[in-house]
Amino acid sequence: MPHSYDLIVGLEVHVQLQTKSKLFCRCSTKFGGPPNTQTCPVCIGMPGSLPVMNREAFRLGLKTAIALNCEIPQFTKWDRKQYYYPDLPKGYQISQYDLPMSQNGWLEISDPKKEFAAKRIGIIRAHLEEDAGKSLHDEEHGKADTRIDLNRTGTPLLEIVSAPDMRSTKEARVYLTQLRLMLLYLGVSDCNMQEGSLRVDANVNIHIQGPSGKIATPIVEVKNLNSFRHVERALAYEAKRQYDVWEETGRTIKDYPKQTRGWDDAAGTTLPQREKEESADYRYFPDPDLVPVITPKAEVEEVRSGLVELPAAIRSRLEKTYGISDYDSDVIVLQGLPFVAYFEEVAKLSGDGKKASNWVTQELLRILNDQSITLEQFPLTAPQLANLVKLVAGGEIEITRAKEVFNDMVANRRDAAAAMSALGIAKVDSSELENICKELVAANPKIVADVKAGKQQAIGALLGQAKKRNPNANPNEVRRICLELIAKMP
Amino acid sequence: MLARSATDLLRDLSVRKLSSVELTQAYLDQIKLYDGQVKAFLHVDPAAALARAKEIDDRRAAGKPMGKLGGLPVAIKDVICTKGQKTTCGSKMLENFVPPYDATVVKRLKEADAVLIGKTNMDEFAMGGSTENSAFFKTTNPWDKSRVPGGSSGGAAACLAASMAPLSIGTDTGGSIRQPAAFCGVTGLKPTYGRVSRYGLVAFASSLDQIGPMAATAEDAALLLEVLAGHDPLDSTSANIPTPEYTKSLSQPFQGLKLGLVKEHFGPGLDPEVEAAVREAVKVYQSLGATVKDISLPHSKYGIATYYIIAPSEASSNLARYDGVHYGYRTDEKQMLAELAAERKSLEAKQDEKGLKNLDTALIRLYRKTRAEGFGPEVKRRIMLGTYALSAGYADKYYLQALKVRRLIRSDYDAAFQEVDFIIGPTAPNPPFKIGEKSGDPLAMYLEDLYTVTANLAGIAGISIPCGLTSGKTTGSPLPIGLQIQARPFDEDRLLRAAAMFQRGTDWHTKRPNL
Repeated sequence: MPHSYDLIVGLEVHVQLQTKSKLFCRCSTKFGGPPNTQTCPVCIGMPGSLPVMNREAFRLGLKTAIALNCEIPQFTKWDRKQYYYPDLPKGYQISQYDLPMSQNGWLEISDPKKEFAAKRIGIIRAHLEEDAGKSLHDEEHGKADTRIDLNRTGTPLLEIVSAPDMRSTKEARVYLTQLRLMLLYLGVSDCNMQEGSLRVDANVNIHIQGPSGKIATPIVEVKNLNSFRHVERALAYEAKRQYDVWEETGRTIKDYPKQTRGWDDAAGTTLPQREKEESADYRYFPDPDLVPVITPKAEVEEVRSGLVELPAAIRSRLEKTYGISDYDSDVIVLQGLPFVAYFEEVAKLSGDGKKASNWVTQELLRILNDQSITLEQFPLTAPQLANLVKLVAGGEIEITRAKEVFNDMVANRRDAAAAMSALGIAKVDSSELENICKELVAANPKIVADVKAGKQQAIGALLGQAKKRNPNANPNEVRRICLELIAKMP
Repeated sequence: MLARSATDLLRDLSVRKLSSVELTQAYLDQIKLYDGQVKAFLHVDPAAALARAKEIDDRRAAGKPMGKLGGLPVAIKDVICTKGQKTTCGSKMLENFVPPYDATVVKRLKEADAVLIGKTNMDEFAMGGSTENSAFFKTTNPWDKSRVPGGSSGGAAACLAASMAPLSIGTDTGGSIRQPAAFCGVTGLKPTYGRVSRYGLVAFASSLDQIGPMAATAEDAALLLEVLAGHDPLDSTSANIPTPEYTKSLSQPFQGLKLGLVKEHFGPGLDPEVEAAVREAVKVYQSLGATVKDISLPHSKYGIATYYIIAPSEASSNLARYDGVHYGYRTDEKQMLAELAAERKSLEAKQDEKGLKNLDTALIRLYRKTRAEGFGPEVKRRIMLGTYALSAGYADKYYLQALKVRRLIRSDYDAAFQEVDFIIGPTAPNPPFKIGEKSGDPLAMYLEDLYTVTANLAGIAGISIPCGLTSGKTTGSPLPIGLQIQARPFDEDRLLRAAAMFQRGTDWHTKRPNL
């Protein structure tokens, strides 16, 4: 390619808030119920029904907005966004237009692999709105029937709109990962993408370094992104496609309107969406059925002071307190709050943060992944694991044997002492160890000669023999004693 | 018996001089006799009404506690949801719609032991001032059956005038309780916005709609409002303030009552007989000790323009849900699909690429045909007006501008109420007009609301009470004339007192037409 270019990405994330009931009625928000069983006159838009705001949903939105460093205006209101679709029974969606509940925030992103420098991604606004229902296209009977399930209608959504601050697919992915993690820590959403609790649309274009300055291509909104992986692939595809279109047509942002395209993951391409869906005039106006929401400064401060510790803060605290690497802190924090608590308990009780970190990020995570279980299902308590880490740290048990012990502890749900005794592991008395080493040195003059000649690695053969005489013999100790004995020999 | 006031009948009911069954039967008989000509009711279920009356009688006989309406029949405008009973809004769109829930006011009426006697006719979706816009039939004015009863609560007012119910529930978005009350010679109150819950009232213009009582007298209206009013957690716009006991304070006299006459209400377009009757009513108040002052509501001249931006804008949104998908009328799908296939075939034959590209999808055609067939012309006119006023590039010029004028209209009232207790004037500029007289001229029809819309825009309370009859020289038969009194927000108790004061000094409210 003759010209270099920058990728410019802004993301719109829709998050379902974890409330018991819907945004404007008391119906359950539970996922997966039989179609149209979680509905009432309000959420199905029966004539005469009226919405009443769910305070809990507003509070969850507030919590998130504050965690995203947003300004919280004292006055916010509800607007109707109007369009026709069968899964939108009122013919409008209650949303927020010109006075959203929050704006002008940011989320810091960083990459432990250091592919980009830590940076702040601006949050233009985060506003509340109600979800639509689901259209289930049933083409089985050859009639292309569409069925409507309104269980989801009215579920509270927070739409988080980022500034176009991301410059690579990697940054977009990290932003989404960090945002999702923060939402999970806040406990405002389960962020389950399969169930649609978190949905992403991407606004993307490229800035081409042209012969006479920067050229921006027309902005494209990419929809139907069902995983973070899709987002990365679609952005990479769009960048290349937009470059090719520019080369071919010379179209720029100045002479071509924003376009909506859908990601087809199987084909690995984006396709333009119908023109009619693009040129919608939503005829926003303030919803006369709802009253404006006033958020006093004191309430904002109350929510702020009640916020849980957020992932970024936890990462830097773990690094400082336990001396672990940013890579490890990232792995631990990514696993969620219970995992962080588990690690901290192991670290504190064992007195060795680094070793505790190694054990939880390697051995414990290996078990969780291999067995596809959650931390709650993991059989060992933090004190049990801490005990093992302490034995390793104190040199009571060497690492390979410790891993055997760990596997036994997990398999048989018992603590370190029981596992060790079952495996016949006991610390070898130092005089016994000394005797074994003496015998070995005496019996292996060839090895002694090799070592004396400077071939230190020859000692390895003695370690295996020691293990045969007593399986609990610590190889490091055997190596140290034998080397000492050999050194003393004439 | 049917000529007596609801308050009077209730007294007899409570001492068991009269049973609810007897009373309900009497009204049902009257309906049977005269509703063929008046056509006030869309649905009446005599068996259900009588069963309900009997149940109330039995409870009273057993000495059980009784609700405030203790067996009085009440008619309900067909724009208010009644569980398990058709609620059509006077529209083909909801011809067979049966709500799965009761409106809050219906719930309250039932709890107060009212007998729901029937659902009354109205202009489609409450859009109109003559009840000619009902998709089913036109209600006539019981005083002259060649004339309209007013609207949109035309059935609600006509059934009172024809003594087919003692109490009636109407709704008022721009005058729809007060103007038909004036045309039919009954009392109709539009409460302050937020006084009565709108939950279950099928929305026309949500920021203007208000449910209110209609009855023979202010005293009866007070009785009914006491049941209807009060905060409702299901309506975010309902005011969370206590409801006064309107019937208790009703007979308290006023000292030094100050009334305002709006200069702008006595301009061109006001019928001379209406003006004379209103001026006579002012004299009645003066004779009762009131002082009268000329005041100005300078922005009231923008009332109609403002109203006809805001109300249609909200209506265009509120009526979007009637699309044939979930409930209500749906176009004949088979026929619709066949038409679409034929159009496609003909376009293909002509190789009309552009035509094919612009051809509706089946879904869009379903919406189009359903709405084209299900709504009447006035409803369509307002949906188009509102859709235009809210369109991108126009919302600032129309809708947002109208909201600004609306605030100025409210400020005018606030200033006026610094000087006077109530504002009085004509309810409508003319007596009831002939059926068909204005139906070809929407603008003339909109001017019916000239004196009433500003109360809705400002959110204040207003009442219409009978204050005279035309001589019959120009109108053929004597026709009722209404006096409108407007009050500060949430000042219904004093407003009803002022109306009751007038009715103690006059007998216009006792006049009934010769059916």
